[in-house]
Amino acid sequence: MLKDQDRIFQNLYNDKGSDVSSSQERGDWVNTKEITDKGRDWIINEIKESQLRGRGGAGFPTGLKWSFAPKEVGSRPHYLVINGDESEPGTCKDRDILRFEPHKLIEGCLIASYAVQAHVCYIYIRGEYFVDGQKLQAAIDEAYKKNLIGKNAAGTGWDLDIYIHYGAGAYICGEETALLESLEGKKGQPRLKPPFPALIGLYGCPTIINNVETIAVVPTILRRGAKWFASLGREKNTGTKIFCISGNVNNPCNVEEEMSIPLKELIEVHAGGVIGGWENLQAVIPGGSSMPLIPKEKCETLKMDFDACVEEKSGLGTAGIVVINKDQDIIKCMARIARFYKHESCGQCTPCREGSGWMWRMLERMAKGDATKDEVDMLGDVTNQIAGHTICAFGEGSSWPVQGLLRHFKKEIEKRNNLDPIVQKKNNIPYLVDQHLLDKKNA
Amino acid sequence: MSLRRPAKDQPESFEFNASSLEAANVIVAKYPEGKQQSAVMALLYIAQKQNNNWIPLAAMKYIAKFLDMPYIKVYEVATFYTMYNLSPVGKYFVQVCTTTPCMIRGANQLVQACKEKISENECELSDDKSCSWMEVECLGACVNAPMMQINDDYYEDLDKQKTLDILDKILNGETPKPGSYRGRVNNEPENNRKTLIDLKNA
Repeated sequence: MLKDQDRIFQNLYNDKGSDVSSSQERGDWVNTKEITDKGRDWIINEIKESQLRGRGGAGFPTGLKWSFAPKEVGSRPHYLVINGDESEPGTCKDRDILRFEPHKLIEGCLIASYAVQAHVCYIYIRGEYFVDGQKLQAAIDEAYKKNLIGKNAAGTGWDLDIYIHYGAGAYICGEETALLESLEGKKGQPRLKPPFPALIGLYGCPTIINNVETIAVVPTILRRGAKWFASLGREKNTGTKIFCISGNVNNPCNVEEEMSIPLKELIEVHAGGVIGGWENLQAVIPGGSSMPLIPKEKCETLKMDFDACVEEKSGLGTAGIVVINKDQDIIKCMARIARFYKHESCGQCTPCREGSGWMWRMLERMAKGDATKDEVDMLGDVTNQIAGHTICAFGEGSSWPVQGLLRHFKKEIEKRNNLDPIVQKKNNIPYLVDQHLLDKKNA
Repeated sequence: MSLRRPAKDQPESFEFNASSLEAANVIVAKYPEGKQQSAVMALLYIAQKQNNNWIPLAAMKYIAKFLDMPYIKVYEVATFYTMYNLSPVGKYFVQVCTTTPCMIRGANQLVQACKEKISENECELSDDKSCSWMEVECLGACVNAPMMQINDDYYEDLDKQKTLDILDKILNGETPKPGSYRGRVNNEPENNRKTLIDLKNA
């Protein structure tokens, strides 16, 4: 288990309060000027060396992303946008950072803005987190009052304004280009890439977009050094991560742990074990609903990091672990996730808009046992026609959980749906052309 | 994508009152000059708050003029995002999360409780017109499942009985205390905390 002093989010459970003075006691805002005095290149290099990967789901190297920002500010200003539109089912880590560690985020914003030369930073928070957003706003006001942000922020000589922008209940706005559209006051429908936001983003200006957790860990990395951060976890999957363990466990919780921690340890030690014991485990969704589920056999040895999850044909995503035990109907669980995606598709690309509804309706029928044998393969076919055929990654996100179900629980589906309309059951299905064959006289 | 239609009975006109106007001007100032369209989402919230938690078409027209943008663009935004109510909802607007992490911890019991106490169907007003409920997608408090949101506040770690108690309170016009209803502190593992113990005991 990670040592307490290596945990970045000391106030994850709000033992100490989130105001600026208690944050300073925990080490925030102590030597911000010293950090920025070392220069942009040093900051970006240090982040690169720490091998920090984005915490929002895709796991893109943060230092590399920052280095894409133009070196010189041209006629267009640069922007920093923080993605706090946390809507992935199973994930609730950013909420705790907004509530309890707002100054880590604000200081991170200052350092990141300095590194990518932005004078304005927008924090996009999902509309449902209104109360938590108010707490962040209070922290921002406090920081303005203490001159930690604003003109000559924290004595660094850099001017920075931070504004909160609330979303309004659209999952798709967590996709970075949809988020930019939403920030511009339009429908949240993703843009084509390229051009990437680092060159043409918000209002057509260079924009760097990072997740809340990514930015909030930056000050601590720079303070304690890239070597310290890189020493946790393993190569290319370094540092600590907040894991959200929900579903059928005895003590669902958020906990900050080292990367590459075994899944079994997370569930058994921190979350109090699976309800009904480890043997009662059916499957685990390792990284928020869009990642394919992993069956029990593989959960025994799975290490929770980006690369190990990919090896199991899943992904770490946002590290929102949903534990499903054997008391649950796995097909019904996935049908509900498919319904989520049907509801949240932005409607821009046809394969996703129509296909997400198809998948949901087919899965609902499969959960009831009303589907035919052929439809199981047909469902797999539908998922393949959505994934990779849409503008944004929502297509993959909606079809991967279904593909995961088909990969690991196909037998279960086939057992329940062994209906063969023509030969076995002789069900009267009026739209079938071969219906007359059922009648023996005609055969 | 969910189908969202504006209400049939629409008020004739809408205007920001003094406090809304002040709030709106503060919001518009957040964005660069000429990019005031960015404020449309926040202004729709302000209109919704002023108008008993729903947005009439007149408000969209007013906001379009206010921000100097086409009415259809405001209409698009208002119909795209699910948190804008296009028809009247109760003074207490109950949203029950039923997505998978909540579902496997018994969110359907919360739905049952709402059906018993408020109305048989979602998006219908209760008998005294003070309350309505609906099922929503993930609200982002999965480790506190099952949970629901009443207006701005989260009510977490519920079961059927606790939900019935909360609904009784709001039907009496009280506002119950938000947060966990199993007595745990925020997102910590209940009675099983293994981390940051020194801070807890300090």
